[in-house]
Amino acid sequence: MKKELGLLTLLTLPFISSADWLDVNMPVGVTDISEDVFGLHMLMFWIMIAIGVVVFGVLFYAMWKYRRSNNKTAADFEENHKLEIAWTVVPTIILILMALPASSLLKKMYDHEAEEGGIDIQVIGWQWKWQYKYLDEKVGDKPLSFFSNLTTPADQYETNQATKGENYLLEVDEEVVVPINTPIRFLITSNDVIHSWYMSDFAVKQDAIPGFINVAKTTINEPGVYRGNCTELCGERHAYMPVVVRAVTQDEYQEWLQSKKDAAEQIAFLTEKDWTLAELMEQGEEIYNTRCAACHQMNGQGIPGFYPALAGSDLVLNDKPKHIEILMEGVRGSQMQSFAEQLNEVEMASVITFTRQAWGNDRAGDGEIVIPKDIVEYKQKDS
Amino acid sequence: MSAVVENHDHHHGPKKGLLRWLFTTNHKDIGTLYLWFSFLMFLTGGAMAMGIRAELFEPGLQLMDPIRYNQLVTMHGLIMIFGGVMPAFVGLANWLIPMQIGAPDMALPRMNNLSFWLLPSAFTILLSTAFMEGGMPGFGWTFYAPLSTNYPNIAYFVFAIHIMGISSIMGSINVIVTIMNMRAPGLSLMKMPLFVWSWLITAYLLIAVMPVLAGAVTMLLMDAYFGTSFFDAAGGGDPVLFQHIFWFFGHPEVYIMILPAFGITSHIISTFSRKPLFGHSSMVYAMVSIAVLSFVVWAHHMFTVGMPLVAELFFMWATMLIAIPTGVKVFNWVATIFKGSITYETPMLFAIAFVVLFTIGGFSGLMLAITPADFQYHDTYFVVAHFHYVLVPGAVFSIMAAVYYWLPKWTGNMYDEKMGKLHFWLSFIGVNVTFFPQHFVGLAGMPRRYADYALQFAEWNAVSSIGAFLFGFSQLLFLYIVVKAVMAGKKATPQVWDGARGLEWTVDSPAPYHTFEVPPKITEQTKL
Repeated sequence: MKKELGLLTLLTLPFISSADWLDVNMPVGVTDISEDVFGLHMLMFWIMIAIGVVVFGVLFYAMWKYRRSNNKTAADFEENHKLEIAWTVVPTIILILMALPASSLLKKMYDHEAEEGGIDIQVIGWQWKWQYKYLDEKVGDKPLSFFSNLTTPADQYETNQATKGENYLLEVDEEVVVPINTPIRFLITSNDVIHSWYMSDFAVKQDAIPGFINVAKTTINEPGVYRGNCTELCGERHAYMPVVVRAVTQDEYQEWLQSKKDAAEQIAFLTEKDWTLAELMEQGEEIYNTRCAACHQMNGQGIPGFYPALAGSDLVLNDKPKHIEILMEGVRGSQMQSFAEQLNEVEMASVITFTRQAWGNDRAGDGEIVIPKDIVEYKQKDS
Repeated sequence: MSAVVENHDHHHGPKKGLLRWLFTTNHKDIGTLYLWFSFLMFLTGGAMAMGIRAELFEPGLQLMDPIRYNQLVTMHGLIMIFGGVMPAFVGLANWLIPMQIGAPDMALPRMNNLSFWLLPSAFTILLSTAFMEGGMPGFGWTFYAPLSTNYPNIAYFVFAIHIMGISSIMGSINVIVTIMNMRAPGLSLMKMPLFVWSWLITAYLLIAVMPVLAGAVTMLLMDAYFGTSFFDAAGGGDPVLFQHIFWFFGHPEVYIMILPAFGITSHIISTFSRKPLFGHSSMVYAMVSIAVLSFVVWAHHMFTVGMPLVAELFFMWATMLIAIPTGVKVFNWVATIFKGSITYETPMLFAIAFVVLFTIGGFSGLMLAITPADFQYHDTYFVVAHFHYVLVPGAVFSIMAAVYYWLPKWTGNMYDEKMGKLHFWLSFIGVNVTFFPQHFVGLAGMPRRYADYALQFAEWNAVSSIGAFLFGFSQLLFLYIVVKAVMAGKKATPQVWDGARGLEWTVDSPAPYHTFEVPPKITEQTKL
């Protein structure tokens, strides 16, 4: 029934020539709740259409029938109590009929209790990326955690020279992998400003607010890759922090978990390795372009008034300990965040080395490089 | 409107030259200033909208970086709300309230002058940030903390808002004092024309909520520069508190921008149907109910912040209730047209379009009130479509209708009817082509305030941009028509429209510089 209603809506719309143009309605989604929400939305839609047909029907009829050329003298009447009572009572009844299903569905959506066999994933909004922590899965003594960054290359949106890919602005380096048919609680919060985690296919939209943890519970019925967005203005790159969820079977999920844990152990090994400048530079440039260039720009010049330049910056040139500290701790009261959790020791060392070497900084400053062991030492000193 | 003729009372005519406008205490002059200022702001905010739609014409960043885009979105909202719609209604209030209640002027003429001249100062301060390092505010017109607290140049924004608020409060006091004390003998409150009623209610709303806005921006200023943590979670503050305070101002603000439109539409529909309004007192009661309800629905802007279930239910039900008095108003307009003898001059076309398109905005508003569905609609283009439907073919169309309707009274000249109709049809088509497709992309999931978007939304965004350019450039036609009517045109009679009711139609066209120095007598026969 719900699908027929949706189809009918689409048929009433003109100019449908390609598949893209069919995206004119809310998706039905892949959870029981999202199907209910879609049903409620269509119910409201048809009630509005019905009211519109009646009200505008009378209006247009009167406009045509009582045009001056057809009706020389206007009637002179005011007020009619029966009519006025009717047009107050009838809408009230319609509203009550709308409020009843809406209220009961809302109550159902507000069931936030943890369930047997369910999983909890903490979602943290950052300018401008999402962090996911699997609270039930440990790596060492910490929960499995990763950041999810946009991977659409800048030449697709900034210079528009490359052809835009199919998932333009809706693709990330690390997808959130979850099992189907399992109750998942997303515990949503923020590290800096307010973001909002929006996944239309689950009918989930919850604000990520610093100092608050909002809960959204969902059970996904079908495997697939689902794409959503940040929906609360969070600054410059608000449009560039998509949400991508990959729903898989329980077996595939377990396999994925194992591979994530193995990868985490690999990092520990790589930290001990001796790194050459070329290796650090190569990896550092890649990280710089995806994590840093949005603010500090590809050429390291920053944006005056917003983001400081790194090219020729005294701190970058000559103060290695301070440079490490800023990346590890962030700068309070500014948009420079701590990258301690976002980058592992190898990535951290390579990106710092890159900025100290690029744009002529190697000649202008002391040219000292940073190796993963420096970061490990910083962490040990800290604790 | 400089063609105002001084035809009696020699020593009280207008001064000559620019000083006339600087020092004027005459309600008609001040009304004119407000209207021209709001038109200037309408073009400024409109130019920004053109920039926004040009950038959104296709996916990718073509014309500006996202910082500039956010600045345009923010300034477009601030300028259209505080510089376009609100001053336009204050200008109409200045021109019309004294003439409609048979008063010689506003009650507090010097304050009236000050409340106007504060506005250009406020907008100069706000717009001056465009030339500073860090640039204009880019946190959206809702300036949610903590995004706004870390932004450059916010002190300019805060002071500009303060000055606008002072201007609005002074203007509102003036309106209330004038209406309460200066009505012609025999003009009881319940006999008062609906535009006057709508402004009386609006003025009370403004006085109630402008101080709340002032409080919000002051706390923001303290957080940004004086180390307080009202809205900073790390310092024990609460970012959600900001939203509660803001929307406690913000929702009544929405009705501040639509109540005067209800008044205007009621006059115009009655005039061109040549019938009295169907239910004068029920219209008054409906407006009062809408105003009262506007104070208890604010959190429907915040359904996704994680409020408890009871709060969500309360704000959903309270919001749905607004549909009842709003329905009463729409049904009243339809009943007024019924059995009339209707002609379709430009003001009537705009007024009918107002009724239809505002109602469509009301439909989407009712859908947005349904909390479970709002989780899908919230902060998508569905919301953008909704509030532009109530603000552009709602508030802005009513202002245009009012200008065409009363222009002959202000200038003494009829505007060019053919050009007026052309302006109407271009605007009507433009507005719908712009905003109707935004319902589609919103439902399909396109978030608002996005400088760039996924490929699936490309086609409808292109359509929307084309509509916006059509609507935008049509407004130059409006300027041309108004200027032409100010300069010359067929002379208007005092009555102007044969079906018009009200005291303003009993004075000459153009209205003399001073009117009703002796209050008119209101009797049972006076057509109001």
